[in-house]
Amino acid sequence: MTTIATAWETVVGLEVHTELRTLTKLFCGCRNEFGSEPNTNVCATCMGLPGSLPVLNRYAVELAIRIGSALRCSVVPSIFHRKNYFYPDMPKDYQISQYDQPINVDGSLELPDGTHVGIVRAHIEEDTGKTTHAGATGRIHGADHSLVDYNRAGVPLVEIVSAPDIRSAEQAKTYVSELRAILVATGASDGKMEEGSLRIDANVSVRRAGSSELGTRCEIKNMNSLRSLVRAIDYEAARQIALVESGERVVQETRHWDEGEGRTHSMRSKEEAYDYRYFPEPDLVPLEPTDEWISEVVASLPALPAARRAALAGVAGVRPADVAVAVQKELDGLLLATIEAGADPRVALTHAEHNVDIAQPLDPVTFARVVTMQVEGALTATQAKVVLAEVQATGAAPDDIAKAHGFESMDDDALASVVDEVIAANPDAWAKFVAGDAKVTGFFVGQVMRATQNKADGSAVTALLRLRAAE
Amino acid sequence: MTGASEIAGEVRSGSRRARDVVEEHLARIAGRESELHAFLTVMGDEARAAADAVDRVVASGGDPGPLAGVPVALKDNMCTRGVPTTCASRILEGWRPPYDATVVTRLRAAGAIVIGKTNLDEFAMGSSTENSAFGPTRNPHDRTRVPGGSSGGSAAAVAAGLVPVGLGSDTGGSIRQPAALCGVVGVKPTYGAVSRYGLIAFASSLDQIGPLASSVGDAAALLEAIGGHDPLDSTSIDAPAPQVTGGLNDGVEGLRVGIVRELMHEIDADVVARVEIAARALEKEGASVDEVSVPAAVHGLSAYYLIAPAEASSNLARYDGVRYGLRVDGEDITEMYNETRAEGFGPEVKRRIMLGTYALSAGYYDAYYGQAQRVRTLIIRDFDAAYADHDLLLAPTAPTTAFALGAKTDNPLTMYLSDVCTIPSNLAGHPAISVPYGTGDDGLPVGVQLLAPALGEPVMFRAAAALERSLT
Repeated sequence: MTTIATAWETVVGLEVHTELRTLTKLFCGCRNEFGSEPNTNVCATCMGLPGSLPVLNRYAVELAIRIGSALRCSVVPSIFHRKNYFYPDMPKDYQISQYDQPINVDGSLELPDGTHVGIVRAHIEEDTGKTTHAGATGRIHGADHSLVDYNRAGVPLVEIVSAPDIRSAEQAKTYVSELRAILVATGASDGKMEEGSLRIDANVSVRRAGSSELGTRCEIKNMNSLRSLVRAIDYEAARQIALVESGERVVQETRHWDEGEGRTHSMRSKEEAYDYRYFPEPDLVPLEPTDEWISEVVASLPALPAARRAALAGVAGVRPADVAVAVQKELDGLLLATIEAGADPRVALTHAEHNVDIAQPLDPVTFARVVTMQVEGALTATQAKVVLAEVQATGAAPDDIAKAHGFESMDDDALASVVDEVIAANPDAWAKFVAGDAKVTGFFVGQVMRATQNKADGSAVTALLRLRAAE
Repeated sequence: MTGASEIAGEVRSGSRRARDVVEEHLARIAGRESELHAFLTVMGDEARAAADAVDRVVASGGDPGPLAGVPVALKDNMCTRGVPTTCASRILEGWRPPYDATVVTRLRAAGAIVIGKTNLDEFAMGSSTENSAFGPTRNPHDRTRVPGGSSGGSAAAVAAGLVPVGLGSDTGGSIRQPAALCGVVGVKPTYGAVSRYGLIAFASSLDQIGPLASSVGDAAALLEAIGGHDPLDSTSIDAPAPQVTGGLNDGVEGLRVGIVRELMHEIDADVVARVEIAARALEKEGASVDEVSVPAAVHGLSAYYLIAPAEASSNLARYDGVRYGLRVDGEDITEMYNETRAEGFGPEVKRRIMLGTYALSAGYYDAYYGQAQRVRTLIIRDFDAAYADHDLLLAPTAPTTAFALGAKTDNPLTMYLSDVCTIPSNLAGHPAISVPYGTGDDGLPVGVQLLAPALGEPVMFRAAAALERSLT
């Protein structure tokens, strides 16, 4: 069966909604704030009271332009539409959203491995309120009663729609991580999935490897973390492959991801899809940012993750993908300075990824000294990690910390005698090692480390053990 | 009966107390209300308190505003803080807005006294005020006749002298048509000249608030008080209110006026006659008058009855029983929606919601809503061509004088035809004014309509004032 499974290709397009970090809502002056008491950040406009009118938030438009520019979109004249449907958490029973003339079109996002994912559009719209249904199902039908909090109604969103250029669940996760980093870097979003600042829908289809036609897609909703995104796409692709292989057809529909059950459920088919009766919003005028404004916004953009990866990779002499974690942890500035101070780039990079506490300050010259001590053999990798932690915690000099711990490299004869003592003390284990049981290697290394108070170099110990076994 | 300008003059000079003005008008309302039913709410206590405040400003030597002490009736689709605002619909019965419409704020700032909320066709949908959920208003000239609509309450209140001035809203003729049928002045300003903030929407791209008054001068004063840019309305024009009072006596010498050929068809002969007499009067004052064609105007009614219901179907979605107004409980949310809207809306509102929903539906949008918007573009183009060599256009306001109550309620299409002459201005976003100009064969008032290009109010008011003078 595995040979058949590998003959399929998964095709994914993502729709990512991000709440914008504005002070106020999209069309009124109410605070845009997560976690307030229910229905305290509301007014006539965001409650949709009769006679109220929307006024567009200029800063929300600026953030949308930042997002579009960061995603290499064209920023174009746009208009707002009304998307009509009845739901109690939508005060006007229509959502003001951009439809066929969005503000940002035709961009792309570069993943750390150099893959480009097309961006079809990134448009502005308003968020809905939040409904809590009391009752058995947790859904609106069959609920005893429902409670609605309108604090979120009218909060500005940008929806970023990718092309169907994503080819696996893992790549989808990488795309969202990269997009989140861009949104945070531009100041447009706080990127918090757990607070709903970032919400993802996935369009998933499958096709035979080598085919250039797209299969029938399903839209998957309700994925609340990167983990559930990966699980849901994997599940859905497998479901579709199984359907097609058993001679059935995939039906175009919207499906709901159930995190607990680990599967998707049908919500509504294409035939049941709402007719949203879109038409141009007559209460707003066309949005036509001037070239000057767009240029100002573009000029104010900070360096974006892809450019930062390229810069660090160039200096470190590695591939951009190799510095993805360091850039994600916002350590590229520190690393550039540390390399500038003379540190070995690869060793510095390894420590930055695993051993540097991003919450603590670290002076690049000090960091470079720790790296150099390790490269010169004065510290083992393990000791360097300990020294680094103490440098960050206490601010003491690396050499003083190393001396205080008695960290100095053991000479080979001293290490050999310790290894021999440990072998002699554990004849049964040694017999297994000699017989080729690799599992006891860790035991012997640990014993030697204990006997030397961690001064030994783990790889040197292993080499010595192999040497003795061969004798 | 004294006009707004006289009242304001007397109150400002201290020769008459605003409180006395208000008491006098409240008494008039009390005397005629049971026979006319022009009002849905009379704001006696609020009006007295506001009048006392004006009097205190006058007493302390301050400026009480250009409309000091002038009682104003508001069509009951404009929000008044803490005072019921119903749109003459059961669905909003009991709802009290937490805020004032911008026009209300501006009236109060000008010293005017909001004295009550007037009757209308439910959600401003109608031409006779018979579609009110709270019963029809009657024409003060003949109580067996309608006052027109949808601003029939305000028009009747002004015509009966219950108030010197009122505000209406005009989506397809809802100020001008009742003004004509009641024999008062009614103005539909340029779209965006008056803020819509706090006006409960019928069709957002067409709705515009404007004055009803017993004289052109009072209408002009009211427009200056309520007009001008409002940051709360994104479609508001970024300019001060049209300045229309200063030129009222400037005459029409040299103005080029065109009678719109397409709007003279299927109009009662006695109404056509009054338009022609008005044309002669303007010529006598020095204007040149000829006939002009606005070909696309004949499609105005059809386009209007797609665009206005389409927008209404969306604007009225919010009356769902969830947050305010009427709620009729059901087994689940869908049943609650259905029961609430079935009971809360009257038949004409339901008809238009269904029309509009259909016109916007997938597969029909382009043939209906899209096509209607193209007609709108053509109408603007044809008006532009007419205004290339004309300053103003002249037409009837309504095809007939006031008709009998019940005469057109059985056939909506005949009712819709009442607005055939007024709708093109709404579609174009242009201003127009209806001036009472004598009576028809039945002795009831006839209105003639002056149309102007966008922001053409100053010239339009000059000509309207000239027409008014020509009658005396």
